[in-house]
Amino acid sequence: MAGNETKDRSIYSKRNLWSGILFGVGLIAFIDETVFHQILRWHHFYDKSTTDIGLISDGLFHAFSWFATIGGLFMFTDLRRRNALWLRRWWGGVFLGAGVFQLYDGTIQHKLMRIHQIRYVDHLIIYDVIWNTTAILMIIIGLTLIVQTRNSQQPGKDASHEHQ
Amino acid sequence: MNINNHIHHTVGIIPQLLLALPFIMAIVMYILAVIVSNRRQKPWPIYRTVYWAFGILFAIISVAGPLADRAHVDFAAHMFSHLFLGMLAPLLLALAAPMTLMLRTLNVPLARRISKVLRSWPSRIYTNPVVASFLNIGGLWLLYTTDLYSLMHESILLHIIVHFHVFLAGYLFTVSMIYIDPIPHRTSFLYRAIVFVIALAGHGILSKYIYAHPPKGVPADQAELGAMIMYYGGDIIDIIIIFILCLHWFRATRPRIELAIN
Repeated sequence: MAGNETKDRSIYSKRNLWSGILFGVGLIAFIDETVFHQILRWHHFYDKSTTDIGLISDGLFHAFSWFATIGGLFMFTDLRRRNALWLRRWWGGVFLGAGVFQLYDGTIQHKLMRIHQIRYVDHLIIYDVIWNTTAILMIIIGLTLIVQTRNSQQPGKDASHEHQ
Repeated sequence: MNINNHIHHTVGIIPQLLLALPFIMAIVMYILAVIVSNRRQKPWPIYRTVYWAFGILFAIISVAGPLADRAHVDFAAHMFSHLFLGMLAPLLLALAAPMTLMLRTLNVPLARRISKVLRSWPSRIYTNPVVASFLNIGGLWLLYTTDLYSLMHESILLHIIVHFHVFLAGYLFTVSMIYIDPIPHRTSFLYRAIVFVIALAGHGILSKYIYAHPPKGVPADQAELGAMIMYYGGDIIDIIIIFILCLHWFRATRPRIELAIN
């Protein structure tokens, strides 16, 4: 079975990554909505300085993140069903997806398109720095995990390139 | 509230009855079809009839009765009634598989003729995800960003047309996305997923647009509340549709070849 699993993993390496990325985008958007909009109430539903393109970008990403959360989890179950789940690579995707979305949200959506600010206080810059640093950290963790799992073979085994 | 003012703004009993009547007929026909077809074939699943009954219930309370009355003067109530009429009722009715029930109830020549209509080119156009999304979301943009919303409150005819449109477009949109009934012109999961995300985005963007730019005649505080009901209510119903769409993908993509080899 172990050999089979390795074979399946290499075939579904990409699907592991994509399932993780989709779920990561969905998860971070969900945290954004529940923690920052609903619980803390730092984010505003609508900010008077929002640009039109900001409204469109926000709408598209919000819709996409709903779909991505559910779709990503169904892909996860599909990988398990096929014995092809590769958790390390999947987590790599989750961190990358979450980090890229948080960075996009923190720079382009908050600053350039001004959809809303993190919190309506004086020293906003501190919030922005923490927000975007967290995003970059998540991207680094994600990329590290993805690079580590780049080879379809498990460490210690002879490399074979039949599925490359 | 001023009583005269209230009477002036309430929709009359006649338009409410006109809007509710097709739904009452639909529940009667559905139950009759279940009874008739159960005599000859295996029992029709109870849960489908339950879906239909709740779908009809939500449609009726949004066009007639106290909620419909309040919807006329209160934008938040209006949004609730539109969520029920345009999203929740269509979803429940689609889950009740009315087309399947009709085809198994009618005799073969008649059922053949109906399936021929379903396969015709107009049916192909209306059940295309892009066309259905455009009718659904485009119609909403037209309603809330032009004078149509305030005109609808002055003309009984417009009131009836808008409400039927909201329901029908919502139903077409739902059946173009999730295939419960037989549908001859199927499109791929990815295609439906992409169109769905764009349609959902159009709905969310419109909600926030209403928040900032209330339709003519709607006070700002009502518009803000209504916009948030539209935004979050739409999200809740849409995740059910996304879940069903993904579940169908999950079933369709099950590893059959793998099993055959083993």
